[in-house]
Amino acid sequence: MAVSSDPQQDAFRHDVRAFFAANIPDGMRAGARSGRRPSVDEWKALQTILFKRGWGAPSWPREYGGTGWSPAELYIFEQEAAAADVPPPFHQGLENIGPIIFTYGSSAQKAKYLPRIITGEDWWCQGYSEPGAGSDLASLRTRAVRDGDHYIINGQKLWTSYAHVADYVFCLVRTDPAARKQAGISLLLIDLKTPGIRVRPVKTLDERHHVNEVFFEDARVPLDCLLGEEGKGWSYGKVLLDRERSISAMLSLRLARQLDHVRAHAARVRRGGRPLSDNDAFRDKLAQIEIELMALGYSGQRIIADTMAGIDTGVRSSMAKVRWSELLQRTTELWVEVLGYDAALFAHAGSLSNTPLPADMPGPMLSYLYGRVTTIYAGSNEVQRNIIARRSLGL
Amino acid sequence: MVFRISPEQQQLRDSALRFVRENASFERWQKTVVAGQEPARGTWRQMADLGWLGIVVGEEQGGLGGSPFDTMVLMEALGSGFVRDPYVGTCVLAPRLLEHAQSNAVKAVLAAIPEGHAIIALALGETDGGFGLADVSTRATRQDGSFRISGLKTYVPDGVDATHIVVPVRTSGALHERNGITLLLVDAGSPGMTTMAFRSVDHRPVAQIRFDDVRVADHRVLGAVDQGHDLLEFGVDHAIAAELAEALGAMDAAADLTLAYLKTREQFGALIGSFQALQHRMADIAMACEETRSLVYLATAGLSAGRHDRRRAISAAKARVGQCGLFVGHQCVQLHGGIGTSDEMAVSHYMRRLRMLDMRFGNADFHRSVFAAMARGAVS
Repeated sequence: MAVSSDPQQDAFRHDVRAFFAANIPDGMRAGARSGRRPSVDEWKALQTILFKRGWGAPSWPREYGGTGWSPAELYIFEQEAAAADVPPPFHQGLENIGPIIFTYGSSAQKAKYLPRIITGEDWWCQGYSEPGAGSDLASLRTRAVRDGDHYIINGQKLWTSYAHVADYVFCLVRTDPAARKQAGISLLLIDLKTPGIRVRPVKTLDERHHVNEVFFEDARVPLDCLLGEEGKGWSYGKVLLDRERSISAMLSLRLARQLDHVRAHAARVRRGGRPLSDNDAFRDKLAQIEIELMALGYSGQRIIADTMAGIDTGVRSSMAKVRWSELLQRTTELWVEVLGYDAALFAHAGSLSNTPLPADMPGPMLSYLYGRVTTIYAGSNEVQRNIIARRSLGL
Repeated sequence: MVFRISPEQQQLRDSALRFVRENASFERWQKTVVAGQEPARGTWRQMADLGWLGIVVGEEQGGLGGSPFDTMVLMEALGSGFVRDPYVGTCVLAPRLLEHAQSNAVKAVLAAIPEGHAIIALALGETDGGFGLADVSTRATRQDGSFRISGLKTYVPDGVDATHIVVPVRTSGALHERNGITLLLVDAGSPGMTTMAFRSVDHRPVAQIRFDDVRVADHRVLGAVDQGHDLLEFGVDHAIAAELAEALGAMDAAADLTLAYLKTREQFGALIGSFQALQHRMADIAMACEETRSLVYLATAGLSAGRHDRRRAISAAKARVGQCGLFVGHQCVQLHGGIGTSDEMAVSHYMRRLRMLDMRFGNADFHRSVFAAMARGAVS
């Protein structure tokens, strides 16, 4: 469904489509179709492709090197990216710390960090969660103590995605242990090459290495890595709320595309002499998800239209996150069911076999396993329900 | 393009909400309808005076020539209250079936709708028929310039005191075939018709009507002989969209009552709304209402698409709104606890209405199967 029938937007859509057709390598597309999560090298390659076209920061304002696109244009870009099987980005620099830097950072920080995020030269990771601070993030304990013109940092971060390949970590740390919870927290921009920082992999249930523990042992960083003011670190995340609306509005697009791949896969496998896609029980399950995705897609368009009209969208981003993650899990669960016995062929064992894995494997299983985290990360769905109850229902 | 309410539609909405407060409140519903004191069509005259009965009737027939979005705005507001007048059947569905008729007699019936002089019911269900519109076995044979109908229609909503009944009959082909269905506009009380009156749990009148060699003149055919199915489907899709909006109004109203209850009812020395299990259930209810709103807009927009896209949008929305409506209805009763099961509580009436709305024109499972059978992007 079109966001609008504006001829300028049609021209823009055409441009984006043509660009993806000409510039996204087939291997990248095949990865997205198989359900496999992109590798860091693929993400970096993708960032280079987009940067060269001037689209390195689709959601940023022009003055910081972004495209300056409207929410409607962003939506079109994302629609076309989904349709072309462009791998979904995972870029904490672009979507998370970049906007905080250009909103609250000093001019020196803007000049130092922003351009290299867009070119893809610097990769950032997010140092928020700790062993004792998950959903209750404000109870974090990693300390930063002033020592002359440096902070000395001690503590531990956990679930730090891609810290093993990142150049920088943006970190919430406690600078005032006496202040009440949120008030003593500051945001630091830290070079991961700093002595005293150690990154240890945490293998997740998909047997892959996405996340890490990050240990700080008397790591000394200069005071100018403080973003904004001391003790205000907690509040800077608010700038992301606006962006969250655009992002939540677009969530259904790639998932709808993934469901297309599940449907296509089901048409290739046979059960009881017929394509699985003709089986009534399977069709009903697929239809159920597709219908709920149609609703989520329309809700996303309403969020965009309301944002552009200056209407408060309230907790609808929380609602979209809950529904999207639940639907993603059901989609990937269904994909695993499509595999039948092939679901057992996850990896080669020992040296007995050098037969290649079936072409469709193990992408669906990987997407299913990785999908379990989507109802937990970025504010677990239970926390989102707390937010809905508190902010929208006044409970 | 996403639906945005226009200033005129906002006025319609305000006026409908005022109408609900003054004429369709739960208190009034209890004293009149539930107590068996309200005559048929209790607020029909007022709705006629407000101009609502002719919203989608063409201007040349005395209507307003409005859009399905106007109907949607009105129905959402009416859904928050308690109205049992036959609005959707007569003012949304029937105009779509009658609007292209050439016969003066049929045109006169259409022109009588805006003034409130015609009540038109659809003989929708048959024994063993299921929800499919092609499941028609009631036969009509043609002789001497008229049709003769014989058979039993088991679900005729609003059929008890209608002035006219649209009767889908099989004039050729086999059961379940789309071809061979003819729509006949029959005067209520025609010789050979026997009407049995019932009411459903939402206090709406329902008739079963037996046809024994009932004679209907040739010019009372709506659409073409044997080709009535697609016209019926078109009209029913408009009725479905209108009732989805009604369901949304009922869901939001039930959710509002439940939220207010969570903020006043105390147990274990605390407001029950302070308990996380109930907060999360309430958040799920709010999400179901929000999802329904998107689907109501999507379905209403889908009415102007070609047949395939229209059917996909309507069946998708009908399936999911049915599920969401029942979830909200059931959970609103649940969160009220024992008092929620009382006949004296509005929330139990909303739940019963939502149960009936899911069933009407095919329930969630039926429409999901229909949706699933429609190949994506293909035209059937």
